Amino acid sequence: MHKQPAHNACYTKLSEIIQANRHIDGPLIQVLHQAQELFGYIPTEVQQFVAQEMEIPPSTVRGVVTFYNFFRTEPQGQHTINICLGTACHVKGAQRIVDVLVDELGIHVGETTADGRFTLTAVRCVGACGLAPVMMIDDEVYGKLDREKVREALQRYAA
Amino acid sequence: MTRRLDVLVCSGAACVSSHSAKVREALTQEISRQGLGDEVRLVETGCMGPCELGPVLLVYPDGAFYIRVQPGDAAEIVEEHFLKGRPVQRLLWEDPEARRIAEKRKLVPFFEKQSKIVLANCGMIDPENIEEYIAANGYEALGVAITEKTSEQLIQTIIDSGLRGRGGAGFSTGLKWGFVAREESPTKYVVCNGDEGDPGAFMDRSLLEGDPHSIIEGMAIAAYATGAAKGYIYVRAEYPLAIKRLRTAIEQARHEGLLGERILETGFSFDLEVRIGAGAFVCGEETALIASLEGQRGTPLPRPPYPSTVGVFGKPTLINNVETWANIRHIILHGAEWFRSVGTDKSPGTKVFALSGNVCNTGLVEVPMGTTLRELVFDIGGGIPGGKGFKAVQTGGPSGGCIPAEHLDTPIDYESLKALGTIMGSGGVIVMDEDTCMVNIAKFFLDFSCDESCGKCIPCRIGTRQMKGILERITEGQGRPDDVGKLRELASVLKATSLCGLGQAAPNPVLSTLEHFADEYDAHIVDHRCPAKVCKPLIRYGIDKSQCRSCDVCRKACPVEAISGTPGGGPYVVDDEVCIRCGSCADVCPFGAIHVAAGAEVSVAVPGNGAI
Ligand SMILES: Cc1cc2nc3c(=O)[nH]c(=O)nc-3n(C[C@H](O)[C@H](O)[C@H](O)COP(=O)(O)O)c2cc1C
Ligand code: SF4
Ligand code: FES
Repeated sequence: MHKQPAHNACYTKLSEIIQANRHIDGPLIQVLHQAQELFGYIPTEVQQFVAQEMEIPPSTVRGVVTFYNFFRTEPQGQHTINICLGTACHVKGAQRIVDVLVDELGIHVGETTADGRFTLTAVRCVGACGLAPVMMIDDEVYGKLDREKVREALQRYAA
Repeated sequence: MTRRLDVLVCSGAACVSSHSAKVREALTQEISRQGLGDEVRLVETGCMGPCELGPVLLVYPDGAFYIRVQPGDAAEIVEEHFLKGRPVQRLLWEDPEARRIAEKRKLVPFFEKQSKIVLANCGMIDPENIEEYIAANGYEALGVAITEKTSEQLIQTIIDSGLRGRGGAGFSTGLKWGFVAREESPTKYVVCNGDEGDPGAFMDRSLLEGDPHSIIEGMAIAAYATGAAKGYIYVRAEYPLAIKRLRTAIEQARHEGLLGERILETGFSFDLEVRIGAGAFVCGEETALIASLEGQRGTPLPRPPYPSTVGVFGKPTLINNVETWANIRHIILHGAEWFRSVGTDKSPGTKVFALSGNVCNTGLVEVPMGTTLRELVFDIGGGIPGGKGFKAVQTGGPSGGCIPAEHLDTPIDYESLKALGTIMGSGGVIVMDEDTCMVNIAKFFLDFSCDESCGKCIPCRIGTRQMKGILERITEGQGRPDDVGKLRELASVLKATSLCGLGQAAPNPVLSTLEHFADEYDAHIVDHRCPAKVCKPLIRYGIDKSQCRSCDVCRKACPVEAISGTPGGGPYVVDDEVCIRCGSCADVCPFGAIHVAAGAEVSVAVPGNGAI
């Protein structure tokens, strides 16, 4: 959970962001991106706050948040593993890499490990198809994966 | 001392993941250690193309091209080459040894068969420095356009060039410009579609990251020609580097008076804003993109009205793809005739492809339209690795289809691909070898379309789910005799009645595999066999008695204890009931004794071929 003061600071910042975006046309998605950067995800309270500040119905905000894959309504683990399930990776056996990850982490795609260390999510193409199969852990790309390389990569974040 | 050398370090996604950043750091350190800071400049560029060889470096002015550079090579490169002027032969791609590797891997045509127009700057200039772009004739076309040409002349030039939209549909760009120009409205917009949702494609990303000014220039020319004063570049959120570089480029262009009020001291004003998407494939569709750009849920609208009449915030809007925009300045500078001299009669110019899958040389390539698929896959791509056979090449992503070997001599142009049941698409080309199951591939794409259907219209929302369900049961060995008929029926309903291109094209992967690989569907449905040995419920793992040396490695590797035997105690056996077909045993067996059989039923062991 966020500590209260930090939380309040986030809301203050968000309020500023919303003010700063008032002059642009159709700012909702751009505001939500920044909200997610601040909070790490966009829980209902944040959605309501955005709605109130922007003077739009909460249902509009929720509708947008849930429409797009990029917006999360649940908190994330410390590290996010994005396994690529794009076509090039699929052809090069990404499904097996998913199996290995599921096996190693004991969670399914879309879940977070009990210790809060990893969230496992699937994406469609990270633009490194030449290195398929590929996964990203946070901002780091790991390519030409096999069972061993997945284990090695996970090790690095285990500490 | 003055600058002698520019060292271009590729920082495309593939090189970054093969740790080009560490190489760059090591080089930076060595350069300053040798006191060459003023003479040698490191430049981070966009993707240079040959991703398979990364990390790669290109040194100017001598043109030395280093491949597979490791941080440990930095000291040698700096000392020998940058200081003493002797390029490190063993790392150069022209080096006899490297060239032999390149030749063996059929890499020479990768460099020599391409013809770069839109990618000419990618990997050659620093995308964060407008001066380098200007030095490469950048913004010259804009200058010519707004000081010497009328709107009509520009539009006529684009029409005459025959340029067609590179975002997939291939509509005449010039005609589209004309539609927007003709609208009587004080407010109009130009938009760049940088959503690039096709999974397995990264052409637009490389352009946005490697040459952002070429997009800005193209858009500014169009804004002048159509009477727009504002433009948006819509980029998917998954491309943070592209977003950053575009913003830098826009800032720099404003600073140079190439964007903003009274550009180049003319009466023409134009400014740009970057809008970030949020991860929905359907937002690549133009009406959905407009909704998303406006901050709403990205659901498509019926057309007409087309965006050229009712677009962003209800105003006439010109929307083109990234690569389409990147072509504009070249056409304005060199003329329609020149552009038509490249490519084919109906599809002039070049096309950028992202080549990946089971092919030796993966990466970004640009070839003239009309190049054959065979040239693309076998010459430039170097063929299939590991001595495997070619099965199919897929173009057009989830809206496209699979092309089998007998059509490899088809020239790449909009019409020829369409005739084969696929589309040009945005440029993802995925090569598939004999180990690929075409029913599985069809299922993969339907799964994608089903996931990404926005749900607005029923045929797509429910139809994709139904088709996916049927494909799922076929790959699980539960296929029914009339399943192929059902798939065809659903496909024709989706094609005819879906609101947008996503639903209309979603059946293409199924129809094209049914057309070209019908026998694989039969094998799954009738014989409960997956010939490519991919569909888990339809394969069996077994151990070849003659090859097993009872070393115990596989038993230890099996996560579910499906393998039994004792070290040295004769051949091991797999318990098929327990086996989860994860392949761990095959990965570790040092003797290649683990075999996969392409059928659920137990087949009789034939000595020598390893089937169980
Ligand atoms: C489902 C769907 C996805 C699309 N995705 C893209 C895309 O990612 N990039 C793109 O430029 N065009 C995409 N398009 C095509 C656009 O709707 C539009 O035709 C294109 O941006 C027009 O630009 P062009 O004429 O320069 O090709 C997509 C179309 C559909 C139906
Ligand atoms: S065809 Fe599919 S994606 Fe397109 S509007 Fe209909 S439901 Fe949405
Ligand atoms: S398909 Fe995985 S990186 Fe492109």
